[in-house]
Amino acid sequence: MNLTLRIWRQSGPGDKGRMVTYPVADISPDMSFLEMLDVLNERLTLAGEEPVAFDHDCREGICGACGMVINGNAHGPQRGTTACQLHMRHFTDGETIDIEPWRARAFPVVKDLVVDRNAFDRIIAAGGYVTAPTGSAPEAHATPVAKANADAAFEAAACIGCGACVAACPNGSGMLFTAAKVTQLGLLPQGQPERYTRVLGMVDAHDEAGFGGCTNAGECTAVCPKGIPLSTIGRLNRDYLRATAKRGDTPGT
Amino acid sequence: MAVTGIVLVLFLIAHMLGNLKIFTGQTSFDHYAHWLREIGAPLLPGVWFLWILRTVLLVAVLAHIGAATTLALRARAARPVRYAHRRPVQGSYAARTMRWGGVIIGLFVIYHLLDLTTGALNPVGDPSRPYANVVADFAPDRWYVTLFYTLAVVAVGFHLRHGAFSALRSLGQQTPRGERRARAVALVLAVALCAGYLAVPFAVLTGLVD
Ligand code: HEM
Ligand code: FES
Repeated sequence: MNLTLRIWRQSGPGDKGRMVTYPVADISPDMSFLEMLDVLNERLTLAGEEPVAFDHDCREGICGACGMVINGNAHGPQRGTTACQLHMRHFTDGETIDIEPWRARAFPVVKDLVVDRNAFDRIIAAGGYVTAPTGSAPEAHATPVAKANADAAFEAAACIGCGACVAACPNGSGMLFTAAKVTQLGLLPQGQPERYTRVLGMVDAHDEAGFGGCTNAGECTAVCPKGIPLSTIGRLNRDYLRATAKRGDTPGT
Repeated sequence: MAVTGIVLVLFLIAHMLGNLKIFTGQTSFDHYAHWLREIGAPLLPGVWFLWILRTVLLVAVLAHIGAATTLALRARAARPVRYAHRRPVQGSYAARTMRWGGVIIGLFVIYHLLDLTTGALNPVGDPSRPYANVVADFAPDRWYVTLFYTLAVVAVGFHLRHGAFSALRSLGQQTPRGERRARAVALVLAVALCAGYLAVPFAVLTGLVD
Protein backbone atom coordinates (compact mmCIF):
# COMPACT_ATOMS: atom_id res chain seq x y z
CA MET A 1 0.00 0.00 0.00
CA ASN A 2 1.09 3.55 -0.66
CA LEU A 3 -0.16 6.16 1.73
CA THR A 4 0.13 9.85 2.46
CA LEU A 5 0.47 10.61 6.16
CA ARG A 6 -0.18 14.01 7.66
CA ILE A 7 1.34 13.89 11.13
CA TRP A 8 1.41 16.41 13.97
CA ARG A 9 5.05 17.33 14.58
CA GLN A 10 6.00 19.28 17.68
CA SER A 11 9.57 19.21 18.93
CA GLY A 12 8.65 19.92 22.55
CA PRO A 13 6.09 21.46 24.89
CA GLY A 14 7.24 24.97 23.92
CA ASP A 15 6.97 24.41 20.17
CA LYS A 16 3.82 25.53 18.39
CA GLY A 17 3.61 22.39 16.28
CA ARG A 18 2.26 21.75 12.79
CA MET A 19 0.93 19.02 10.50
CA VAL A 20 3.69 17.63 8.24
CA THR A 21 3.05 15.46 5.17
CA TYR A 22 5.02 12.23 4.62
CA PRO A 23 4.50 9.76 1.79
CA VAL A 24 5.04 6.11 2.76
CA ALA A 25 5.31 3.30 0.21
CA ASP A 26 5.14 -0.52 0.25
CA ILE A 27 3.13 -0.86 3.45
CA SER A 28 1.76 -4.35 4.04
CA PRO A 29 -1.95 -4.49 4.87
CA ASP A 30 -1.03 -6.99 7.60
CA MET A 31 1.08 -4.45 9.47
CA SER A 32 -0.29 -2.81 12.56
CA PHE A 33 -0.68 0.95 12.54
CA LEU A 34 2.34 1.33 14.82
CA GLU A 35 4.45 -0.94 12.60
CA MET A 36 3.55 1.31 9.71
CA LEU A 37 4.87 4.25 11.77
CA ASP A 38 7.99 2.18 12.57
CA VAL A 39 8.60 1.85 8.82
CA LEU A 40 8.27 5.61 8.43
CA ASN A 41 10.61 6.23 11.37
CA GLU A 42 13.28 3.90 9.98
CA ARG A 43 13.22 5.85 6.73
CA LEU A 44 13.31 9.17 8.55
CA THR A 45 16.24 7.99 10.68
CA LEU A 46 18.16 6.81 7.61
CA ALA A 47 17.52 10.16 5.97
CA GLY A 48 18.90 11.90 9.06
CA GLU A 49 15.55 13.33 10.09
CA GLU A 50 13.93 13.26 13.51
CA PRO A 51 11.64 10.19 13.86
CA VAL A 52 8.02 10.67 14.91
CA ALA A 53 7.66 10.18 18.67
CA PHE A 54 4.69 8.08 19.80
CA ASP A 55 3.86 6.13 22.95
CA HIS A 56 3.64 2.35 22.88
CA ASP A 57 4.55 -0.60 25.06
CA CYS A 58 2.72 -3.92 24.95
CA ARG A 59 1.46 -3.62 21.37
CA GLU A 60 -1.21 -6.12 22.24
CA GLY A 61 -3.96 -3.78 23.37
CA ILE A 62 -3.68 -4.21 27.11
CA CYS A 63 -1.28 -1.62 28.53
CA GLY A 64 -2.93 1.62 27.44
CA ALA A 65 0.31 3.29 26.39
CA CYS A 66 -0.46 3.83 22.73
CA GLY A 67 -2.99 6.32 21.50
CA MET A 68 -3.36 8.78 18.67
CA VAL A 69 -6.21 10.37 16.80
CA ILE A 70 -6.39 8.82 13.33
CA ASN A 71 -8.57 10.65 10.81
CA GLY A 72 -10.45 12.26 13.68
CA ASN A 73 -11.03 8.96 15.49
CA ALA A 74 -9.28 8.15 18.75
CA HIS A 75 -7.40 4.86 18.06
CA GLY A 76 -8.61 4.87 14.46
CA PRO A 77 -11.67 3.63 12.62
CA GLN A 78 -12.09 0.17 14.15
CA ARG A 79 -14.20 0.02 17.31
CA GLY A 80 -12.94 -1.73 20.41
CA THR A 81 -9.34 -1.61 19.18
CA THR A 82 -6.23 0.25 20.31
CA ALA A 83 -3.96 1.86 17.73
CA CYS A 84 -1.38 -0.91 18.25
CA GLN A 85 -3.96 -3.54 17.33
CA LEU A 86 -5.31 -1.67 14.34
CA HIS A 87 -4.27 -3.20 11.03
CA MET A 88 -3.48 -1.36 7.85
CA ARG A 89 -6.07 -3.41 5.96
CA HIS A 90 -8.67 -1.01 7.38
CA PHE A 91 -7.24 1.67 5.10
CA THR A 92 -7.26 1.88 1.34
CA ASP A 93 -4.29 2.17 -0.97
CA GLY A 94 -3.55 5.79 -1.81
CA GLU A 95 -5.42 7.13 1.23
CA THR A 96 -4.36 10.25 3.13
CA ILE A 97 -4.31 9.63 6.87
CA ASP A 98 -4.30 12.43 9.47
CA ILE A 99 -2.54 11.55 12.72
CA GLU A 100 -2.80 13.85 15.75
CA PRO A 101 -2.11 13.54 19.46
CA TRP A 102 -4.87 13.46 22.10
CA ARG A 103 -6.02 17.06 22.40
CA ALA A 104 -6.74 18.23 25.94
CA ARG A 105 -5.43 20.92 28.23
CA ALA A 106 -4.96 18.24 30.89
CA PHE A 107 -2.84 16.19 28.44
CA PRO A 108 -0.10 18.58 27.28
CA VAL A 109 1.93 17.42 24.29
CA VAL A 110 5.41 16.25 25.28
CA LYS A 111 6.59 15.63 21.73
CA ASP A 112 4.85 14.88 18.43
CA LEU A 113 2.15 12.31 19.31
CA VAL A 114 3.25 11.79 22.92
CA VAL A 115 1.11 13.46 25.58
CA ASP A 116 1.59 13.68 29.33
CA ARG A 117 -1.22 11.68 30.97
CA ASN A 118 -0.15 12.35 34.55
CA ALA A 119 -3.54 13.94 35.16
CA PHE A 120 -5.01 10.41 35.16
CA ASP A 121 -2.52 9.36 37.84
CA ARG A 122 -3.60 12.31 39.97
CA ILE A 123 -7.23 11.24 39.64
CA ILE A 124 -6.33 7.71 40.73
CA ALA A 125 -4.20 9.05 43.60
CA ALA A 126 -7.23 10.98 44.83
CA GLY A 127 -9.21 7.83 45.55
CA GLY A 128 -8.85 5.13 42.91
CA TYR A 129 -7.63 2.48 45.35
CA VAL A 130 -8.67 0.46 48.39
CA THR A 131 -6.83 0.87 51.69
CA ALA A 132 -7.59 -2.62 52.97
CA PRO A 133 -4.37 -4.57 53.56
CA THR A 134 -3.74 -6.78 50.57
CA GLY A 135 -1.11 -9.44 51.21
CA SER A 136 -1.46 -12.56 49.13
CA ALA A 137 -4.61 -13.17 47.12
CA PRO A 138 -7.49 -13.99 49.48
CA GLU A 139 -9.48 -17.18 49.10
CA ALA A 140 -12.06 -16.46 46.41
CA HIS A 141 -15.11 -17.45 48.45
CA ALA A 142 -14.11 -15.55 51.60
CA THR A 143 -16.04 -12.44 50.51
CA PRO A 144 -19.08 -13.26 48.41
CA VAL A 145 -19.83 -10.89 45.52
CA ALA A 146 -23.09 -11.03 43.59
CA LYS A 147 -22.49 -12.27 40.05
CA ALA A 148 -24.09 -9.22 38.44
CA ASN A 149 -21.88 -6.90 40.50
CA ALA A 150 -18.78 -8.95 39.76
CA ASP A 151 -19.53 -8.79 36.03
CA ALA A 152 -20.19 -5.04 36.01
CA ALA A 153 -17.09 -4.38 38.14
CA PHE A 154 -15.01 -6.53 35.81
CA GLU A 155 -16.33 -4.71 32.76
CA ALA A 156 -15.32 -1.37 34.31
CA ALA A 157 -11.97 -2.74 35.47
CA ALA A 158 -11.08 -3.41 31.82
CA CYS A 159 -10.16 0.28 31.48
CA ILE A 160 -6.53 0.59 30.41
CA GLY A 161 -6.32 4.33 31.05
CA CYS A 162 -5.31 5.18 27.49
CA GLY A 163 -7.17 8.51 27.45
CA ALA A 164 -9.16 7.95 24.25
CA CYS A 165 -12.33 9.00 26.10
CA VAL A 166 -10.82 12.43 26.76
CA ALA A 167 -9.55 12.72 23.19
CA ALA A 168 -13.00 11.99 21.77
CA CYS A 169 -15.08 13.99 24.23
CA PRO A 170 -16.50 17.22 22.75
CA ASN A 171 -16.09 18.69 26.26
CA GLY A 172 -12.56 17.34 26.81
CA SER A 173 -13.89 15.53 29.87
CA GLY A 174 -12.25 12.54 31.54
CA MET A 175 -15.44 11.35 33.17
CA LEU A 176 -15.55 7.90 31.57
CA PHE A 177 -12.10 7.09 32.95
CA THR A 178 -13.03 8.42 36.39
CA ALA A 179 -16.38 6.63 36.35
CA ALA A 180 -14.82 3.31 35.32
CA LYS A 181 -12.68 3.28 38.46
CA VAL A 182 -15.50 4.54 40.71
CA THR A 183 -17.77 1.80 39.31
CA GLN A 184 -15.22 -0.96 39.65
CA LEU A 185 -14.42 -0.22 43.29
CA GLY A 186 -17.92 0.86 44.27
CA LEU A 187 -19.42 -2.48 43.22
CA LEU A 188 -17.03 -4.62 45.25
CA PRO A 189 -17.11 -5.13 49.02
CA GLN A 190 -13.43 -4.11 49.30
CA GLY A 191 -14.26 -0.70 47.88
CA GLN A 192 -17.00 0.21 50.33
CA PRO A 193 -15.09 1.95 53.16
CA GLU A 194 -13.88 4.78 50.89
CA ARG A 195 -16.84 4.72 48.53
CA TYR A 196 -18.07 8.26 49.10
CA THR A 197 -14.79 10.01 49.83
CA ARG A 198 -13.44 8.34 46.69
CA VAL A 199 -15.99 9.85 44.34
CA LEU A 200 -15.60 13.34 45.79
CA GLY A 201 -11.82 13.19 45.71
CA MET A 202 -11.62 11.79 42.20
CA VAL A 203 -14.10 14.25 40.71
CA ASP A 204 -12.26 17.14 42.40
CA ALA A 205 -8.92 15.93 41.04
CA HIS A 206 -10.54 15.51 37.61
CA ASP A 207 -11.83 19.09 37.60
CA GLU A 208 -8.59 20.50 38.99
CA ALA A 209 -6.60 18.84 36.22
CA GLY A 210 -8.47 20.99 33.70
CA PHE A 211 -10.75 18.40 32.14
CA GLY A 212 -14.14 19.63 30.93
CA GLY A 213 -17.53 18.71 32.38
CA CYS A 214 -19.46 15.66 31.19
CA THR A 215 -22.69 16.24 29.25
CA ASN A 216 -23.44 12.55 28.59
CA ALA A 217 -22.69 13.03 24.89
CA GLY A 218 -21.51 9.44 24.57
CA GLU A 219 -18.59 9.96 22.17
CA CYS A 220 -16.22 8.43 24.75
CA THR A 221 -17.78 5.03 24.92
CA ALA A 222 -17.93 4.86 21.11
CA VAL A 223 -14.13 5.05 20.85
CA CYS A 224 -13.20 3.22 24.06
CA PRO A 225 -11.00 0.26 23.07
CA LYS A 226 -12.38 -1.66 26.04
CA GLY A 227 -16.03 -0.72 25.53
CA ILE A 228 -16.48 0.83 28.99
CA PRO A 229 -20.24 1.55 29.04
CA LEU A 230 -21.63 5.05 29.49
CA SER A 231 -23.75 3.75 32.37
CA THR A 232 -20.64 3.85 34.59
CA ILE A 233 -21.05 7.63 34.57
CA GLY A 234 -24.54 7.16 36.02
CA ARG A 235 -23.02 5.14 38.85
CA LEU A 236 -20.50 7.89 39.48
CA ASN A 237 -23.28 10.50 39.49
CA ARG A 238 -25.34 8.50 41.95
CA ASP A 239 -22.39 8.03 44.31
CA TYR A 240 -21.56 11.71 43.96
CA LEU A 241 -25.09 12.80 44.86
CA ARG A 242 -25.06 10.52 47.91
CA ALA A 243 -21.61 11.68 48.90
CA THR A 244 -22.51 15.37 48.74
CA ALA A 245 -25.64 14.68 50.77
CA LYS A 246 -23.52 13.01 53.47
CA ARG A 247 -21.14 15.93 54.01
CA GLY A 248 -18.32 16.19 56.54
CA ASP A 249 -15.98 13.65 54.92
CA THR A 250 -12.52 14.58 53.77
CA PRO A 251 -11.79 13.31 50.27
CA GLY A 252 -9.18 10.80 49.39
CA THR A 253 -8.03 9.49 52.75
CA MET B 1 -28.85 21.43 34.27
CA ALA B 2 -30.99 18.44 35.14
CA VAL B 3 -33.10 20.06 37.86
CA THR B 4 -33.81 23.29 35.98
CA GLY B 5 -34.38 21.26 32.82
CA ILE B 6 -37.04 19.18 34.55
CA VAL B 7 -38.85 22.35 35.69
CA LEU B 8 -38.86 23.54 32.08
CA VAL B 9 -40.08 20.16 30.81
CA LEU B 10 -42.98 20.28 33.26
CA PHE B 11 -43.84 23.71 31.90
CA LEU B 12 -43.60 22.40 28.33
CA ILE B 13 -46.04 19.59 29.11
CA ALA B 14 -48.54 21.90 30.81
CA HIS B 15 -48.21 24.51 28.05
CA MET B 16 -48.76 21.93 25.35
CA LEU B 17 -51.90 20.60 27.05
CA GLY B 18 -53.13 24.18 27.41
CA ASN B 19 -52.49 24.88 23.71
CA LEU B 20 -54.45 21.81 22.70
CA LYS B 21 -57.52 23.39 24.26
CA ILE B 22 -57.69 25.39 21.03
CA PHE B 23 -59.49 22.37 19.57
CA THR B 24 -62.32 22.86 22.05
CA GLY B 25 -63.27 26.19 20.48
CA GLN B 26 -62.77 29.90 20.92
CA THR B 27 -64.79 30.43 24.11
CA SER B 28 -63.16 27.56 25.91
CA PHE B 29 -59.60 28.58 24.86
CA ASP B 30 -60.07 32.23 25.75
CA HIS B 31 -61.68 31.22 29.02
CA TYR B 32 -58.66 29.04 29.77
CA ALA B 33 -56.30 31.99 29.17
CA HIS B 34 -58.33 34.19 31.47
CA TRP B 35 -58.47 31.47 34.08
CA LEU B 36 -54.64 31.34 34.00
CA ARG B 37 -54.72 34.89 35.30
CA GLU B 38 -57.09 34.06 38.13
CA ILE B 39 -55.65 30.86 39.57
CA GLY B 40 -55.18 31.16 43.30
CA ALA B 41 -57.96 33.71 43.78
CA PRO B 42 -59.24 34.67 46.22
CA LEU B 43 -56.19 33.62 48.26
CA LEU B 44 -53.82 35.43 45.90
CA PRO B 45 -54.95 38.67 44.30
CA GLY B 46 -55.34 38.82 40.50
CA VAL B 47 -52.45 37.63 38.36
CA TRP B 48 -50.18 36.82 41.28
CA PHE B 49 -50.17 33.12 40.70
CA LEU B 50 -49.21 33.63 37.07
CA TRP B 51 -46.38 35.92 38.10
CA ILE B 52 -45.14 33.37 40.63
CA LEU B 53 -45.07 30.78 37.84
CA ARG B 54 -43.32 33.22 35.53
CA THR B 55 -40.72 33.93 38.20
CA VAL B 56 -40.06 30.22 38.74
CA LEU B 57 -39.72 29.75 34.98
CA LEU B 58 -37.42 32.72 34.60
CA VAL B 59 -35.19 31.54 37.44
CA ALA B 60 -35.11 28.04 35.93
CA VAL B 61 -34.27 29.39 32.46
CA LEU B 62 -31.51 31.65 33.77
CA ALA B 63 -30.02 28.89 35.93
CA HIS B 64 -30.23 26.51 32.96
CA ILE B 65 -28.43 28.98 30.71
CA GLY B 66 -25.91 29.73 33.45
CA ALA B 67 -25.02 26.07 33.95
CA ALA B 68 -24.83 25.53 30.18
CA THR B 69 -22.51 28.51 29.80
CA THR B 70 -20.21 27.18 32.54
CA LEU B 71 -20.04 23.80 30.80
CA ALA B 72 -19.40 25.38 27.41
CA LEU B 73 -16.61 27.58 28.78
CA ARG B 74 -15.03 24.63 30.57
CA ALA B 75 -15.23 22.57 27.39
CA ARG B 76 -13.54 25.31 25.42
CA ALA B 77 -10.79 25.70 28.01
CA ALA B 78 -10.30 21.93 28.18
CA ARG B 79 -9.24 21.75 24.51
CA PRO B 80 -7.08 24.76 23.68
CA VAL B 81 -5.69 23.22 20.46
CA ARG B 82 -8.38 21.92 18.12
CA TYR B 83 -8.14 18.85 15.93
CA ALA B 84 -7.12 19.47 12.34
CA HIS B 85 -9.28 16.54 11.27
CA ARG B 86 -12.71 17.02 12.84
CA ARG B 87 -14.24 13.75 13.86
CA PRO B 88 -17.68 12.69 12.71
CA VAL B 89 -20.40 12.46 15.38
CA GLN B 90 -20.46 8.91 16.72
CA GLY B 91 -22.56 9.35 19.82
CA SER B 92 -25.83 11.15 19.31
CA TYR B 93 -26.57 14.00 16.97
CA ALA B 94 -29.00 15.49 19.49
CA ALA B 95 -26.26 15.57 22.12
CA ARG B 96 -23.96 17.51 19.84
CA THR B 97 -26.50 20.21 19.01
CA MET B 98 -27.51 21.05 22.59
CA ARG B 99 -25.65 24.35 22.73
CA TRP B 100 -26.74 25.87 19.44
CA GLY B 101 -30.15 24.26 19.80
CA GLY B 102 -30.52 25.93 23.18
CA VAL B 103 -29.59 29.32 21.73
CA ILE B 104 -32.15 28.92 18.94
CA ILE B 105 -34.86 27.95 21.43
CA GLY B 106 -33.96 30.96 23.59
CA LEU B 107 -34.33 33.34 20.63
CA PHE B 108 -37.59 31.65 19.71
CA VAL B 109 -38.97 32.13 23.23
CA ILE B 110 -38.21 35.87 23.06
CA TYR B 111 -40.00 36.14 19.71
CA HIS B 112 -42.81 33.96 20.97
CA LEU B 113 -43.41 36.14 24.07
CA LEU B 114 -43.52 39.27 21.90
CA ASP B 115 -45.90 37.45 19.57
CA LEU B 116 -48.45 35.68 21.74
CA THR B 117 -48.01 37.06 25.26
CA THR B 118 -47.54 40.81 24.72
CA GLY B 119 -48.94 40.73 21.19
CA ALA B 120 -46.40 43.24 19.90
CA LEU B 121 -45.49 41.11 16.85
CA ASN B 122 -48.93 39.60 16.32
CA PRO B 123 -51.31 40.82 13.57
CA VAL B 124 -54.19 40.92 16.08
CA GLY B 125 -52.08 41.50 19.14
CA ASP B 126 -54.86 41.65 21.70
CA PRO B 127 -53.77 39.76 24.84
CA SER B 128 -57.36 39.37 25.94
CA ARG B 129 -58.21 37.37 22.77
CA PRO B 130 -55.56 34.65 22.54
CA TYR B 131 -57.68 32.51 20.18
CA ALA B 132 -57.80 35.30 17.61
CA ASN B 133 -54.07 35.90 18.07
CA VAL B 134 -53.21 32.28 17.39
CA VAL B 135 -55.51 32.00 14.37
CA ALA B 136 -54.11 35.20 12.85
CA ASP B 137 -50.57 34.05 13.61
CA PHE B 138 -50.64 30.84 11.61
CA ALA B 139 -52.79 32.04 8.70
CA PRO B 140 -51.64 30.45 5.41
CA ASP B 141 -50.21 33.71 4.04
CA ARG B 142 -48.00 33.97 7.12
CA TRP B 143 -46.45 30.58 6.31
CA TYR B 144 -43.01 31.83 7.38
CA VAL B 145 -44.28 32.23 10.96
CA THR B 146 -45.52 28.65 10.94
CA LEU B 147 -42.19 27.58 9.46
CA PHE B 148 -40.25 29.31 12.21
CA TYR B 149 -42.50 27.81 14.89
CA THR B 150 -42.01 24.38 13.33
CA LEU B 151 -38.23 24.73 13.29
CA ALA B 152 -38.24 25.92 16.90
CA VAL B 153 -40.45 23.07 18.06
CA VAL B 154 -38.28 20.53 16.24
CA ALA B 155 -35.26 22.11 17.93
CA VAL B 156 -37.06 21.65 21.27
CA GLY B 157 -37.61 18.01 20.30
CA PHE B 158 -33.91 17.42 19.66
CA HIS B 159 -33.01 19.30 22.82
CA LEU B 160 -35.35 17.10 24.85
CA ARG B 161 -34.25 13.91 23.22
CA HIS B 162 -30.80 14.29 24.64
CA GLY B 163 -31.76 16.53 27.57
CA ALA B 164 -34.27 14.19 29.14
CA PHE B 165 -31.91 11.21 28.92
CA SER B 166 -29.00 13.27 30.20
CA ALA B 167 -31.02 14.59 33.14
CA LEU B 168 -31.93 11.07 34.21
CA ARG B 169 -28.30 10.06 33.89
CA SER B 170 -27.10 13.06 35.90
CA LEU B 171 -29.54 12.17 38.63
CA GLY B 172 -28.05 8.73 38.92
CA GLN B 173 -29.63 6.42 36.33
CA GLN B 174 -26.98 3.71 36.33
CA THR B 175 -27.83 0.37 34.74
CA PRO B 176 -27.48 -0.48 31.03
CA ARG B 177 -31.08 -1.67 30.87
CA GLY B 178 -32.24 1.50 32.62
CA GLU B 179 -30.22 3.44 30.04
CA ARG B 180 -32.19 1.88 27.20
CA ARG B 181 -35.38 2.73 29.06
CA ALA B 182 -34.27 6.30 29.78
CA ARG B 183 -33.42 6.82 26.11
CA ALA B 184 -36.82 5.45 25.09
CA VAL B 185 -38.60 7.74 27.55
CA ALA B 186 -36.66 10.73 26.21
CA LEU B 187 -37.52 9.85 22.62
CA VAL B 188 -41.22 9.35 23.36
CA LEU B 189 -41.33 12.61 25.32
CA ALA B 190 -39.62 14.50 22.50
CA VAL B 191 -41.88 13.09 19.79
CA ALA B 192 -45.07 13.56 21.86
CA LEU B 193 -44.23 17.18 22.68
CA CYS B 194 -43.31 17.93 19.06
CA ALA B 195 -46.58 16.44 17.83
CA GLY B 196 -48.63 18.23 20.47
CA TYR B 197 -47.05 21.61 19.79
CA LEU B 198 -47.16 21.29 16.01
CA ALA B 199 -50.82 20.26 16.03
CA VAL B 200 -51.94 23.83 16.74
CA PRO B 201 -50.15 25.79 13.97
CA PHE B 202 -50.91 23.07 11.42
CA ALA B 203 -54.56 22.94 12.43
CA VAL B 204 -54.77 26.68 11.80
CA LEU B 205 -52.78 26.42 8.57
CA THR B 206 -55.08 23.73 7.18
CA GLY B 207 -58.25 25.50 8.30
CA LEU B 208 -59.15 22.89 10.92
CA VAL B 209 -59.19 25.69 13.49
CA ASP B 210 -60.42 29.11 12.36
C1 HEM C 1 -46.35 26.00 18.24
C2 HEM C 1 -46.66 25.78 19.45
C3 HEM C 1 -47.02 26.88 20.46
C4 HEM C 1 -48.16 27.63 20.54
C5 HEM C 1 -49.37 27.61 19.60
C6 HEM C 1 -48.02 28.47 21.70
C7 HEM C 1 -48.98 29.38 22.13
C8 HEM C 1 -48.85 30.24 23.20
C9 HEM C 1 -49.84 31.20 23.64
C10 HEM C 1 -51.22 31.44 22.99
C11 HEM C 1 -49.32 31.85 24.72
C12 HEM C 1 -49.99 32.98 25.51
C13 HEM C 1 -50.78 32.40 26.64
C14 HEM C 1 -51.50 33.51 27.42
O1 HEM C 1 -51.00 34.64 27.45
O2 HEM C 1 -52.54 33.19 28.00
C15 HEM C 1 -48.00 31.30 24.99
C16 HEM C 1 -47.17 31.69 26.03
C17 HEM C 1 -45.88 31.16 26.26
N1 HEM C 1 -45.25 30.15 25.54
FE1 HEM C 1 -46.01 29.17 23.94
N2 HEM C 1 -46.78 28.22 22.29
C18 HEM C 1 -46.14 27.25 21.57
C19 HEM C 1 -44.88 26.68 21.80
C20 HEM C 1 -44.04 27.08 22.84
C21 HEM C 1 -42.74 26.50 23.11
C22 HEM C 1 -42.08 25.37 22.30
C23 HEM C 1 -42.23 27.16 24.22
C24 HEM C 1 -40.90 26.98 24.96
C25 HEM C 1 -39.80 26.52 24.46
C26 HEM C 1 -43.20 28.14 24.61
C27 HEM C 1 -43.05 29.00 25.68
C28 HEM C 1 -44.00 29.93 26.10
C29 HEM C 1 -43.80 30.83 27.21
C30 HEM C 1 -42.55 30.91 28.11
C31 HEM C 1 -45.00 31.60 27.33
C32 HEM C 1 -45.29 32.71 28.33
C33 HEM C 1 -45.99 32.20 29.54
C34 HEM C 1 -46.33 33.43 30.38
O3 HEM C 1 -45.44 33.91 31.07
O4 HEM C 1 -47.47 33.85 30.34
N3 HEM C 1 -44.29 28.06 23.78
N4 HEM C 1 -47.72 30.32 24.05
S1 FES D 1 0.76 -0.40 23.12
FE1 FES D 1 -0.22 -1.31 24.86
S2 FES D 1 -2.27 -0.89 24.39
FE2 FES D 1 -1.33 -0.24 22.57
